[in-house]
Amino acid sequence: MDLVNIFIRSAFVDNMIFAFFFGMCSYLAVSKTVKTAFGLGMAVIFVLVVTIPINYLIENYVLKEGALGWLGEEFSSVNLSYLTFIMFIAVIASTVQLVEMIVEKISPALYGALGIFLPLIAVNCAILGGALFMQEKQFATIGQATVYGLGSGVGWFIAVVLIAAIRERIRYANIPGPLRGVGMAFLITGLMGLAFLGFMGFEI
Amino acid sequence: MAETTEVLEEKKIKVKEREPLFSKKNKKLISDPLDENNPITIQVLGICSALAVTVQMKAAVVMSVAVLFVLILANVSISLIRNLIPNRIRIIVQLVVVAALVIVVDQVLKAYLFDVSKELSVFVGLIITNCIIMGRLEAFALGNKPWPSALDAIGNSLGYGMVLVIVSFFKELFGSGKLFGFEIFGNATEQTGLYAMGYMDNGLMLLPPSSLIIVAVYIWVQKIRNPSLIESH
Repeated sequence: MDLVNIFIRSAFVDNMIFAFFFGMCSYLAVSKTVKTAFGLGMAVIFVLVVTIPINYLIENYVLKEGALGWLGEEFSSVNLSYLTFIMFIAVIASTVQLVEMIVEKISPALYGALGIFLPLIAVNCAILGGALFMQEKQFATIGQATVYGLGSGVGWFIAVVLIAAIRERIRYANIPGPLRGVGMAFLITGLMGLAFLGFMGFEI
Repeated sequence: MAETTEVLEEKKIKVKEREPLFSKKNKKLISDPLDENNPITIQVLGICSALAVTVQMKAAVVMSVAVLFVLILANVSISLIRNLIPNRIRIIVQLVVVAALVIVVDQVLKAYLFDVSKELSVFVGLIITNCIIMGRLEAFALGNKPWPSALDAIGNSLGYGMVLVIVSFFKELFGSGKLFGFEIFGNATEQTGLYAMGYMDNGLMLLPPSSLIIVAVYIWVQKIRNPSLIESH
């Protein structure tokens, strides 16, 4: 698998929102205006690109069966994979916390833009879902895992900005009362998902 | 004699002060999330897993039971330690408690229901970040006693399970003509039952977008029946 293919697959074919519904809660909650959707989308890309390589290293050098072999012969039969969830979520929560502090220090402008969204991301299923899928796909190198993280983030970003733009426009439309708000957002996402099915099997 | 009546009266007063286990307020904790405060359709929480595991009813039921188990134990344990958790790190504490419970669920599924566990794949792990669980911990367990928290957990996970079962019912019935794996409409490859008359399964029902549309229709019907839930933009 080459890097471009991984990127296209994760961003369009296996789009986080339309194929797996990852991060739907925040997707529906922040998609009322394009500006907030843009902010959260950027934050998701950022956190995915940072956490997926870290989780990749943890998976391959700590958790996997025989991954502790670098410590010495007697560790090569240890299998810690049942600790996956707790390790991944700990990494994600602490990375988000750390990233928040670093961004605040280095780039106050970026912090101002992402600020309120960063803490929310620790509990966004897109991040943990990305990490768990990374584990399932068993990438050969850390570069592939990083590109996978980037692609997934970009896919999520595209989805959330698109729906926010549509929801901004339909605010003035005459929608049947019971469908207003969430109901319509679900329907639109369903239709967008149908459109994204067109990417199925797409490869370069 | 006078003393005993006094004691009795005192006891009566004490009994009156204690809330009965299933008072009106407590019953509401269970019944509310089933309809007018449904976690999926009204609070819009926990949608990722709700939409993704609904291709088969069996998986949907297993998922609901797993969420029920995790939510009850997490709600009760967070509610027990709610006064000890420093406010600043409460999210991490909650995540650790939930992650530990989810590991238990995952190992049990792998041991006893391996095929379902394979099918649910990453979605068992995603119970950790299921917004229903975090949402209920934040909104309810942190400010209430264990017993109401347990009831709240039962109510919310039943509300969640109800939507899952309804969505998966339509998806499995019209997508593959089966319910819980039993062939309802006859066998498609051998052309028996309805298939002999030219009936065809709707393949779209098995694809992800159809669950979104089914949930949208569910919300539509629910809000037609209860107009007070309609949003004003």
